[in-house]
Amino acid sequence: MTPRRTPADLVRAVPGPAFEIRLDGRPLTALPGQSVAAALWAAGVLSWRTTRRGGRPRGAFCGIGSCFDCLATINGRPNQRACLVPARPGDAVTTQEGHGRADLTV
Amino acid sequence: MPISPSDRRDLVVIGAGPAGLAAAVTAAGFGLRVALVDAADRPGGQLYRQPAPGLGATRPEALHHSWRAFTRRAARLDEERAAGRIRFLAAHHVWAVTRDPEHWTVHAVTGPDGAQGRAEVSGRQVLLATGAHERQLPFPGWTVPGVVGAGGAQAMLKAGLVLPGRRIVVAGSGPLLLAVAGALAAAGATVPVVAEAGGYAGYARAPRTLAANPGKLAEAAVHGAALLRHGVRLRTRSAVTAVHGTDRVEAVTLARLDRDWRPVPGTGRRIPCEALAVGYGLVPQLELATTLGCAVRRGPDGTWVLRLDGRQRTSVEGVWAAGEAGGVGGAELAFTEGEVAAHGIARRAVPDALCRRRDRLRRFARTMAAAHAPRPGWTGWLREDTEVCRCEEVTAGRIREAVAGLGARDTRTVKLLTRAGMGWCQGRMCGPAVARLAGEAGPPADRRPLACPVVLGELADGQD
Repeated sequence: MTPRRTPADLVRAVPGPAFEIRLDGRPLTALPGQSVAAALWAAGVLSWRTTRRGGRPRGAFCGIGSCFDCLATINGRPNQRACLVPARPGDAVTTQEGHGRADLTV
Repeated sequence: MPISPSDRRDLVVIGAGPAGLAAAVTAAGFGLRVALVDAADRPGGQLYRQPAPGLGATRPEALHHSWRAFTRRAARLDEERAAGRIRFLAAHHVWAVTRDPEHWTVHAVTGPDGAQGRAEVSGRQVLLATGAHERQLPFPGWTVPGVVGAGGAQAMLKAGLVLPGRRIVVAGSGPLLLAVAGALAAAGATVPVVAEAGGYAGYARAPRTLAANPGKLAEAAVHGAALLRHGVRLRTRSAVTAVHGTDRVEAVTLARLDRDWRPVPGTGRRIPCEALAVGYGLVPQLELATTLGCAVRRGPDGTWVLRLDGRQRTSVEGVWAAGEAGGVGGAELAFTEGEVAAHGIARRAVPDALCRRRDRLRRFARTMAAAHAPRPGWTGWLREDTEVCRCEEVTAGRIREAVAGLGARDTRTVKLLTRAGMGWCQGRMCGPAVARLAGEAGPPADRRPLACPVVLGELADGQD
């Protein structure tokens, strides 16, 4: 069987060197220029947040920064739109639970 | 941040998609000093999104239709920037436009996610080229990871070269679906079916509009040929009425619809897949315009669009608009309207040919909007426990209770009673659905005094 075509094949991409980011401590590979959400999709990860009420998993939905479903905690800062924020070498992404401000709960 | 008068521009263009880009370079060509503001880090808008330079795409045009129309204007932008006539403010998310006696001030937060800081730019006139976002209708399971906007899937593919799965069903309504399915398939995904809830028969009722727009027919033929090449089936009068899976998409139910988009009982068919790309057309982004007081009217698909005159002027003196803000119509219309507006802003006579092209493409856009406009029967696929408001997790049952039991008759009352539309997205995703459930013909015109989230510290900084 011939290898499956990829988006990179389609545009004949010659990306810069890949680097590592972490999701809840697990190492993943990202390419320069990819958003955090794109890097997670590339690794087969589709959810990185749980909702405030039902605790249900969510990930990227609108892909353009309008829906806020892809909110993630990146390097300790909660509520960042993963579809807009570029992945950087060494980024630590953590699954965001609820509003991401459990540290403020009294 | 005070602005020195020397920094003041003749024109501030908000949005660097096809409309804003065309307007900015045309106006600069007439000698105007322009600021072009966009949330992204490069021009092109949602349509001409491209992989970031680090991804090294040597053939980005493989993901685009009419690529040359964009690159030609992008090259002009580079020239005008070098000549100092255009200041391009990338990664600027505009949250408000305010009026001072002699000029307009455009307020933005900066950075990829709008969290880096604050900036202002001012100009004598403003052009709103704010584009559109996708219209979504809820259905059981639409919050399961793997369900993504059709435009969202395309945006992630164009910018990040990624797919949400290998087997992707495409569903919803509108011609964007054909482009999305073609792109996903070309990028290696298997697309078992494209489900179009409306149909293409409506176009046949406007034969003169079709005959006057051969370019649009050619575009449709290109998409149709791409689908055939990849073995993608198009099913009209069909919709995904449920998604199966708890933490990930495992399958969808595809059902036939009647004329009013009510699912026909007994026609449901389960299709295994890893993802669903769904969208029901586009909604113009008007919050900046409506906050400025620009008059709106309802378009043929129930969305609000700006009232514009023949030169693309809004009802507010000094505020102009082009592209999707005046009704969703695609890139060619947006380029054309941007150029028409630039003539008006520079006080030049608008060439007749330009106006005729604009009017012809506008007529096609109206035909298109009517053919794919959601029909009210879609509420028949909701279950009581279907989430309608994704942010606040408000179900159809709770909204129906607010309407039937508590007497809510409009979106605003439903929102006050249930929190539907009160979350992060400010009703951008659930607005059309909540309005329908509340018995309104369509959602109220956008009223969002802050067009994007701004942290309180940034607002407080402005009180100097």
